[in-house]
Amino acid sequence: MNIVRALKCRECGQEYEIQPTHVCEFCFGPLEVVYDYEKLEGFFTRELIESRPQTMWRYKELLPINGEPTVGVQNGFTPLVRAKNLEKALGVSELYIKNDSVCYPTLSFKDRVVSVALSKAVEFGFKTVACASTGNLAGSVAANAAAAGLESYVFIPHDLEQGKVLGAGIFGTKIIGITGEYDDVNRLCSEVAGKYGWAFVNVNVRPFYAEGSKSLGYEMMEQLGWKAPKHVVVPMASGSLCTKVAKSINEFIKLGLVEDNGTAIYGAQATGCSPIAKSVKEGSDLIHPVRAKTIAKSLAIGNPADGYYANRVIRETGGWAEDVSDEEVVAAMRLLAETEGIFAETAGGVTLGCARKMIESGKLPRDESIVLCITGNGLKTQEAVVDAIDKPRIISASLKEFDILAEADGVK
Amino acid sequence: MSVTVRIPTPLRKLTAGADEVAVEATNIGELIENIEAAHPGLKARLCDDAGEIRRFVNVYVNDEDVRFLQGRATALKSGDEVSIVPAIAGGC
Repeated sequence: MNIVRALKCRECGQEYEIQPTHVCEFCFGPLEVVYDYEKLEGFFTRELIESRPQTMWRYKELLPINGEPTVGVQNGFTPLVRAKNLEKALGVSELYIKNDSVCYPTLSFKDRVVSVALSKAVEFGFKTVACASTGNLAGSVAANAAAAGLESYVFIPHDLEQGKVLGAGIFGTKIIGITGEYDDVNRLCSEVAGKYGWAFVNVNVRPFYAEGSKSLGYEMMEQLGWKAPKHVVVPMASGSLCTKVAKSINEFIKLGLVEDNGTAIYGAQATGCSPIAKSVKEGSDLIHPVRAKTIAKSLAIGNPADGYYANRVIRETGGWAEDVSDEEVVAAMRLLAETEGIFAETAGGVTLGCARKMIESGKLPRDESIVLCITGNGLKTQEAVVDAIDKPRIISASLKEFDILAEADGVK
Repeated sequence: MSVTVRIPTPLRKLTAGADEVAVEATNIGELIENIEAAHPGLKARLCDDAGEIRRFVNVYVNDEDVRFLQGRATALKSGDEVSIVPAIAGGC
């Protein structure tokens, strides 16, 4: 059942037919997919969803494609982990990790948005897909395009982590490094998209792409036993994920799939690139672009396109925003790994680091359910922690030598 | 004092399909007025009712965001390239 109604401008409300376009012709406001939810009444039930395969497409009626997906059919449905050890470390009573560091196939939540964007691109008849990326998106576009038999171009800042560059290049994509920051890459891509007839996942097919993030929220609620959590903490770059998690919760409430739990949304940024967190802390809705400088490169967007809306979601839901230093990011990456066995990328360190800060400041209550959204895998950002972790102690294959080490460790 | 202005796809209906137009101007504010005179309707797309550049519009002079320069007062010289770019997303 297709319930997609139109593309609608978030600023002036002008509606457009479904087409590969992303900004309003009248006011340049961003376009968003809108749906006729009432068509799902009595049809889109918990039972129907539970009867479907465990992928993000079990919620396909709420994703803006026609019929069945053609790209990324198996993506999504990552674990929701009850984080008992981390609860003790942080002094909270009910904490969960939505673990998209193991999202199929490229180990970040971008596989969700890309499968929607590329399925839509195929529908529109595009043969070449492209993106501007801080790394995870590049890998996901490259991999999913390869599997779908599409040509791809990915544009990245020239100084990304090796794991992110390799994690895109291996798929045979055409990879372009831009001398500059992500915001420079973004600007170039906007102009390239205007000139070449490609589906740029985060430019002309962005309204569809962005909707893919909602699947993270749907899964979170289903995995909690058809319940919305009291608090959700999400990392923010453009701010898009923050708005889409909120949208997913509102949709499930509207469809009667969960009760309204008054969920508050919290945003996390690195101090070296925190225009949205700053605006929330200042009680303003004006986002001042910044020059990004942080090890959390996947979040290093100085001019966040959805910053205004993320700010609004945070304030309207009664959440908050925080930022952490690069040292706090590394410490949080280690904490998550050592307590829960989850190796998150730098953005995950930002999310946990900010959550910890907000728990300590009382912004996040200790006795209510909290979900942390971990969106990418630490194997792609090894540079950030390589100097912070123990090197192996080298010995020869001698029991005697090991006995000495064991004794030093106090092993009986 | 002629500068080149790159027009993004959503605004090309107002420039008869042209992806670049040449405009005489000594600063960004003046450029917006003069581009409006040549292509009526453009100013309303770029600026809000108070005349400020809209939240979702980014204007660059030779690759530098005018928000990091002097905004509408940013000076222009002959041969400068101005890009008008809608804000777009990436990252999380």
